[in-house]
Amino acid sequence: MARSNRKTAMTAAAVALTMLGLGFASVPLYRIFCEATGYDGTTRRVDEAQAATVQDSGRTISIRFDANVERGMPWQFKPLQRTDTVSIGVRDMALFWAKNTSDKTVTGTASFNVEPEQAARYFNKIQCFCFTQQTLKPGEEARMPVIYYIDPAILTDPDNKDVQQITLSYTFHVNAISAADAKALDPQQSGG
Amino acid sequence: MATTADHFQAHTEDHGHHGHDHEHKPAFFARWFMSTNHKDIGTMYLIFAIFAGVVGGAISGIMRAELAQPGIQYLGFFAKMVGDNPTDFNATLHMWNVLITAHGLIMVFFMVMPAIIGGFGNWFVPIMIGAPDMAFPRMNNISFWLTVAGFCSLMCSPFVPGGTGMGAGTGWTVYAPLSTSGSVGPAVDFGIFALHLAGAGSIMGAINFITTIFNMRAPGMTIHKMPLFVWSVLVTAFLLLLALPVLAAAITMLLTDRNFGTTFFDASGGGDPVLYQHLFWFFGHPEVYIMILPGFGIISQIVSTFSKKPVFGYLGMAYAMVAIGVVGFIVWAHHMYATGLSVNTKMYFTAATMVIAVPTGVKIFSWIATMWGGSIEFKSPMVWAIGFIFLFTVGGVTGVVLANGGVDDVLHDTYYVVAHFHYVLSLGAVTALFAGFYYWFPKMSGRMHSEFLAHVHFWIFFVGVNMIFFPMHFLGLQGMPRRYPDYAEAFTYWNHFATVGYMVMSASMVVWFVNIIYAFTAGKKAPANYWGEGATTLEWTLSSPPPYHQFETLPVIDETVHH
Repeated sequence: MARSNRKTAMTAAAVALTMLGLGFASVPLYRIFCEATGYDGTTRRVDEAQAATVQDSGRTISIRFDANVERGMPWQFKPLQRTDTVSIGVRDMALFWAKNTSDKTVTGTASFNVEPEQAARYFNKIQCFCFTQQTLKPGEEARMPVIYYIDPAILTDPDNKDVQQITLSYTFHVNAISAADAKALDPQQSGG
Repeated sequence: MATTADHFQAHTEDHGHHGHDHEHKPAFFARWFMSTNHKDIGTMYLIFAIFAGVVGGAISGIMRAELAQPGIQYLGFFAKMVGDNPTDFNATLHMWNVLITAHGLIMVFFMVMPAIIGGFGNWFVPIMIGAPDMAFPRMNNISFWLTVAGFCSLMCSPFVPGGTGMGAGTGWTVYAPLSTSGSVGPAVDFGIFALHLAGAGSIMGAINFITTIFNMRAPGMTIHKMPLFVWSVLVTAFLLLLALPVLAAAITMLLTDRNFGTTFFDASGGGDPVLYQHLFWFFGHPEVYIMILPGFGIISQIVSTFSKKPVFGYLGMAYAMVAIGVVGFIVWAHHMYATGLSVNTKMYFTAATMVIAVPTGVKIFSWIATMWGGSIEFKSPMVWAIGFIFLFTVGGVTGVVLANGGVDDVLHDTYYVVAHFHYVLSLGAVTALFAGFYYWFPKMSGRMHSEFLAHVHFWIFFVGVNMIFFPMHFLGLQGMPRRYPDYAEAFTYWNHFATVGYMVMSASMVVWFVNIIYAFTAGKKAPANYWGEGATTLEWTLSSPPPYHQFETLPVIDETVHH
C-alpha cells in the first residue's frame, strides 16, 4: 500500500511539475507561434533571398504609419509620411524620424504591431530599425528606415478580403537610461 | 447510492464495541495544530472557509453599499482605514479595485475551494470509499496550513502600498501590465505570494486525493461503484493538478517582471501581456470547474438520497464530469474575445465552449430524471439542492449566451458577465455548499440542526441572491461596465434593488449562524443514518460523529450491488 501510494503520488507530482515546465515553456512557444501565424499583429521578417522571389501583383494597398514613445521617454518620434499607397508584392521604404530631446544619451528599442492583425502575417520586413537598438546622443536626430513588402498572398486570403488599409505601428521603449533618470524626466510620474 | 447501508450493519456494530480504540484523541494542541486526521482537517478547512467567507462577504457588503446610489459615498472611509491619504481621490478610487480584488481572491481561493474540496472532500472522500484516512495525512496538514498562510499573506496586502493607493487593485486576474509596471509597491507581491501558497497547498491536496481514491478504496469498491461525490473530487483533483502549476508559472513570471527586471509580459523587452492572459485563463477556466464540480457531486448524493432512488444514469453522470473537465481545458480564450482574436479563433472557442453545455445538460437532466417518479422528501438539503439546480441552470444559460464571440463583444466586462458568474458560483457553488452543509452537518457534529431554520435560511437566501444578481442582467444589457465604484444615474434603480437584496441575503446568514448555535446548544443527538433509507453511502454506516478512526476493519462492498 505505502509503496503504491508513493508511486501514484510521484506520478501525480511529475504531472504537476510537467505542467509547471509547460507554463514556462509557453514563453518561447508563444513567440514561435506568433511569428509563424502573425497572431497578435506579429509581422514577418524575411531576408534578401526570400524577398527577391516575390512578384508584383499589380494591385495596390494603403499603408498607414504610426509612431509612439513610451511614457517618459525623452524622444520625439514620427513617420515622415503618414500614409503611402504601395503595390502589393513590391518592396517599399518608409522613413521615420526620431530626436532625443534630453541632455542624456538614450538607447531605445521599438516594439511593433500591425492592425488589422489578420494582415500581420503578410507584412514582410526586410530591414527595420526595430531589429536593433537605436542610440541617440543629447539633441541628436536620426532618420530610421523600414524596408518591407506586402505578400501578394493577402489577395487570396478570405480573412483579408475587406482590408483596405494596413497600419504599421511602432512604440519606442527606453533600454539604457537609468530608471531614476527616466522617472525624473517624466513630470507625471515624478509628481505622483 | 451504490452501496446500501444494510450491507454494512455488521461493521457498524463492530465499531460500536471497541469504541475506545477509535476515540483515542490527542490533546488539544496536538489534535488541532498538528492534525493528521482527515475529519479534523476537514473541520478546520470548513471553519477557515466560513471565516474567509464572512470576510469576503463583508467586502461585498461594502461594495453593495457603495453601489446603492451613484457617486462616491463610503470608499473614502475605507481607504483612510487602510492608510490612504484622504485627500487623494485616486487613492480613494483605487480602494474600489482593492475591494473587488480581495473579494474575488478570497471567495475563490479561501472560501469555495477550502470548503468544497478541503472541507467536504477531506471529510467524506475517505469515508465514502471505505478508507481509514487520506493517503498522506501529514501532507494533508501541510496543505491546510499553506492555505491559511496564503490567506494571511493576502490579508497583509491592503495595508501596504500598491501603486495608486494602498493594496493590490489588479482584479483577481492580476493582468499585466496593471499588475507589473502599473502597481508599484509590495501589495501585489503579497497577493501573488498568497496565490503561490494556496496553489501549492491545493496541488498537494490534489495529489493526496488522487492517491487516496486510486489506491485506498475498500475491497469491492471499484471505480465504477464510487459515489458520485468521490468521482467529482477525483476529476477536480486532476483539474487542480493540470491547471494550478500553469498559474504558478504565470504569476512567478509576473513576480520576476515586477522585481527582477525580466520582460515576459512587457512589450518593451519583447514580451507580450496577452501571453499572461492566455496563461491565466488556461488555469482560470478549469478553475471555475474546480469550484463547481464537487458541488455537482454533493447535489447528486442529495438528490438520490431524498428521491430514495439511485442516481439516474450513474455512468453518464460520472463521465459527464470527466468530459466537462477535459473540454474545460480547451475553451480558455472565450475570456479573451476582446483581446483581438481572429474570426476563426473566435469561431473555434465559441463552438468549443458551447459543447460544454452538452455534458452539463446531461447532469441537469439526470438530476431531474432521478427525482422523476422518486419518493421525494423535501428535507432541507433537498430544498437547497433543487435551488442549486435552478440557479445553476440560469447561470449556465447566460453562459451559453456569453460563449458567442460576437455577443461577447457587446457584453464583455459588463454587469451581464458579473450576473453570469455569480449565478454559477455565488449562487451555484455556494448553494451546493449549503446543501452539503445541511446534508452532512449532523454527521460531522453529531447534533441535529433545526430543519425549520434551514428552510427559512434557504428561502431568505434564495430571494436575496436573486434580488442581488438577477437585475445585473438588465444592467449589463443596458451597458453598465464592471469594476467601477460609480455609475450613470440611469442605473440607479436596479443597483439600489440589488443592495436591498444584499441585506436580505445577509439576514439569511444570521439565520444560518443561529441554526449552528441551536444545533450545538439544543440540537438532538444525531443517529447514524438520520436521513433514512435513501442515504446509502458508507458515511451512513458510521455513528454521528464517526469514530476518530474509522474502518480499521475494511468494509467489503457487495459485488451484486449496482447503481
